Amino acid sequence: MLIDHPLLGLRDASEFVYLGDASLMNRPDATAADASQQFHDYLHLRDNPAGLHRELWYHEQGDRSWLIVTRDTLTHEISHVELARDVSLAHRATDQEGGA
Amino acid sequence: MPVSTMRYSALKVLKEGLTGNRGWRPAWREPEPRTHYDVIIVGGGGHGLATAHYLASVHGITNVAVLEKGWIGSGNIGRNTTIVRSNYLLPGNEPFYELSMKLWENLEQDLNYNAMMSQRGIVNLFHSDAQRDAYARRGNAMRLAGADSVLLDEAGIRELCPFLDYENARFPIKGGLLQPRAGTARHDAVAWGYARGADSRGVDIIQNCEVTGFTLENGVCTGVDSTRGRISAGKVAVCVAGSSGRVMAMAGMRLPIESHVLQAFVSEGLKPVIPGVITFGAGHFYISQSDKGGLVFGGDIDGYNSYAQRGNLPTVEDVCEGGMAIMPMIGRARLLRMWGGIMDMSMDGSPFIDKTSVPGLYFNGGWCYGGFKATPASGWCYAHLIATGQPHETAAAYRLDRFMSGAVIDERGAGAQPNLH
Repeated sequence: MLIDHPLLGLRDASEFVYLGDASLMNRPDATAADASQQFHDYLHLRDNPAGLHRELWYHEQGDRSWLIVTRDTLTHEISHVELARDVSLAHRATDQEGGA
Repeated sequence: MPVSTMRYSALKVLKEGLTGNRGWRPAWREPEPRTHYDVIIVGGGGHGLATAHYLASVHGITNVAVLEKGWIGSGNIGRNTTIVRSNYLLPGNEPFYELSMKLWENLEQDLNYNAMMSQRGIVNLFHSDAQRDAYARRGNAMRLAGADSVLLDEAGIRELCPFLDYENARFPIKGGLLQPRAGTARHDAVAWGYARGADSRGVDIIQNCEVTGFTLENGVCTGVDSTRGRISAGKVAVCVAGSSGRVMAMAGMRLPIESHVLQAFVSEGLKPVIPGVITFGAGHFYISQSDKGGLVFGGDIDGYNSYAQRGNLPTVEDVCEGGMAIMPMIGRARLLRMWGGIMDMSMDGSPFIDKTSVPGLYFNGGWCYGGFKATPASGWCYAHLIATGQPHETAAAYRLDRFMSGAVIDERGAGAQPNLH
């Protein structure tokens, strides 16, 4: 597989370390009343879809950025690659707008 | 309705051979699904068929259907590297796998079916003092559960496997942990033997019948919707490792499982050279030789979620490098075929045999890439759970709630990262 890195272009997937579902970016609120249940679900339960999957890859043998790769688990075809940082910042901006 | 099944024997083979082989009959029926069963097993793989066989033969529950989306044995039972062993460490695992080993040893007699069970032994090589200590501990843990183990030094390994590379400076072979009773079995025959055993006791094996949903009444599972209509059941037992996430999603459940692809390889047929199963201790590589002479080997999973039943080349290279590091003699063997199978990789590397939060719905899965050796015990314990409502004593740790309770069974010590198990 080749991953189209937003900054570096096509890179071999073997340069990356795979973490898993991109939802792992969204850590639960540790102060919530049901935090232990939320953390159990966050850490251990997965949607595990057959089809499009948004997932975290770390460019360990490269620029050490975290990427969110959208990949079809039935064909291994990669349709979209983003910097996880950009996604996270966009989320934060949306949250702040919502809170203001 | 029980059907009479012909008994296979050397005499029968001789008689059929002399009379034009006109007396053989299909090993199982192809019944139409009925509208109700006491138990429906979803998935006609090795584990599902074994469950049906033991439900009928041990617990006397014969009003059972096995629903299979494709043809029986078309999943991982027909795609594995056929290794049978019980060399685990942890108390939650080892008694279960040793039960499986004992069932393997009597499988052909129980089923009256030639599963080509071949107890040629498995040796796990170690390459450092620390690894020797770890394997000594593992060997002792195996003995505590009634399994057999022998810790061999380098001289012992040289006697057993003179062809290994003993001059490798980076991965010196210091010895190995041998389990003499381990070995290999003919994977397809295991599925067929269990199917025949279950069918002969009245179990309906229904192929080309995909389950498309579960029928829930007041939160209780009362049957399934399938491509061949709605079928009601007292109990529904899911047994579809590899596709567990997809099937259980139809019941609204998320599982502590990711699906990953594992590749396996078979070389051209060679003269007998590998005495049993050999595993490399400094990388991930395991190899045996089939009765036809092909070298059957594999290594790590590819490491990313996949349902594709094929992998990528970096893992092929990694597996072959592992092989070359211990037995350079295989470098000139040509590959005949390679393929990928889909594994239920669980969060601690151990399986599940448990009730679910939905009454009437049972779950068996999460076998990672160790499902084949577990086939008999998985069927035995799943049948026990379905028939009695209580987990079998050797499978009591395989609970779905163990990540909440903290009672995880993590052989590798890798934590909730499925691609590291």
